[in-house]
Amino acid sequence: MAAENLRCKECGTEYPLEALYVCERCFGPLEVTYDYGFADDLATLRRRIQGGSQDVWRYADFLPLAGGPPGPSNHLASRAGLPAGWTPLINADRLAERLGLREVWVKNDAANPTHSFKDRVVAVASARARELGFGALACASTGNLGNAVAAQAAALGLPSYVFIPSDLEEQKILGTGIYGTNLVAVRGNYDEVNRLCTELSAEHDDWAFVNINMRPYYSEGSKTLAYEIVEQLGWELPDRCIVPVASGSLFTKVHRGFAEWIELGLVEGRQPVMNAAQASGCAPVANAFAAGQDFCQPVRPNTIAKSLAIGNPADGPYVLELARRTGGGVDAVSDDQIRAGIGLLAETTGIFTETAGGVSVAVLSELARRGDIDPDERVVLVITGDGLKTLDAVRGSFDSYEIDPTLEDFEAAVGVAAI
Amino acid sequence: MAVTVKIPTQLRSATGGESVASVEGATVSEVLDGLFVQFGELRERIADEDGGLRRFVNVYLSGEDIRFLDGVATRVPDGAELTILPAVAGG
Repeated sequence: MAAENLRCKECGTEYPLEALYVCERCFGPLEVTYDYGFADDLATLRRRIQGGSQDVWRYADFLPLAGGPPGPSNHLASRAGLPAGWTPLINADRLAERLGLREVWVKNDAANPTHSFKDRVVAVASARARELGFGALACASTGNLGNAVAAQAAALGLPSYVFIPSDLEEQKILGTGIYGTNLVAVRGNYDEVNRLCTELSAEHDDWAFVNINMRPYYSEGSKTLAYEIVEQLGWELPDRCIVPVASGSLFTKVHRGFAEWIELGLVEGRQPVMNAAQASGCAPVANAFAAGQDFCQPVRPNTIAKSLAIGNPADGPYVLELARRTGGGVDAVSDDQIRAGIGLLAETTGIFTETAGGVSVAVLSELARRGDIDPDERVVLVITGDGLKTLDAVRGSFDSYEIDPTLEDFEAAVGVAAI
Repeated sequence: MAVTVKIPTQLRSATGGESVASVEGATVSEVLDGLFVQFGELRERIADEDGGLRRFVNVYLSGEDIRFLDGVATRVPDGAELTILPAVAGG
């Protein structure tokens, strides 16, 4: 399968595979299209995937690179980059039991080089950026993307520019600056950072803004989450997938990943029901879903889930369409529910997720409580980032013991009788 | 009353390469109409059939998204800056 061109999702106008992201005719988003013709039969294709490297490049047939997976070459700044993807899919049986469900799997994308799913999209965007000859990476970030861009640029030996809202979690700021990037904290919210970067990308057309002028390539990287889920389930589909939504790009591309493989016949079954998860403090898509609208009224974010704090989601209309078409939905949960979700996942699976993951867990809990999930369903919960990035969210959420170093004090304080 | 309108690169083929336009108008709607008079091709690119803006077009008045104000009915002070940008960035 080879990438063919960029096509406007609104009006269908086609463009060459360059650093373009907006249709000049109608301002719609551009998406990569492929020639789905394969010379190989499906069994051969499956074997090739299974024999591939244990990262996103095992799916190179479905990614928009002209030259295949990146690898070492003679160029000074040329390395394969950070090995993103191929993260664990864990059978969360105790979580399922607590929620009265039969089968829940956790796709733990905290297990990426910079501990979030953003390493996938940055791997693809940066590889394509190098094919197109760009000399610098840049992004507008709510935190995780900044980590991923700064680290990937360091691995590739490229300069980078990371723009973030100035009120981000300290862990995400430190986890970006350490890589030697040009870190720019903007006094404003993410939507203002994004507006600034949209203007900047026009002024600095020699920079690859991964989520602006490289966005059609970048977003394709998220399809690999769906491919991995299918492969790790033994070439089967889940019945339902719960995905957190900020801009909506991840949600639409996980859907697309499943859809492509169903269409090709690589996996059999029906498209999974897609549930989107947002925080009540930033729920433009959930609000629109509840109101029956097909557009999102922007909001001013106020939530502990800062990685999801996009008040003006670029792919919001498509999330609404796909959630409705698959029989899913878009739900929003409170900050308290998010904290409880982080705790529930940690206690039942050993996975410590950041606030965005807490949003996903809390929405799963809510769907289970409402009886929206058939007890026989196989559900996959997408966990996008690591709890060590949002420590403030869990501070004070548990008790501990402080004792003198004596047996007596231990027994007195903890009260566990010796056996 | 003259307002400065900043044109994004994606639309400059419809403005003869101009990145800025000076337009008269008291509301966003009037300014956009004035812009469409200057550059006729812009209308079909960013306006929908009902005369509103297409769904992937963002308009900012002095940096503020007009959807937080009164939309296209937002009043525009003399000398203000209106910025048109694609909505599909970020995330």
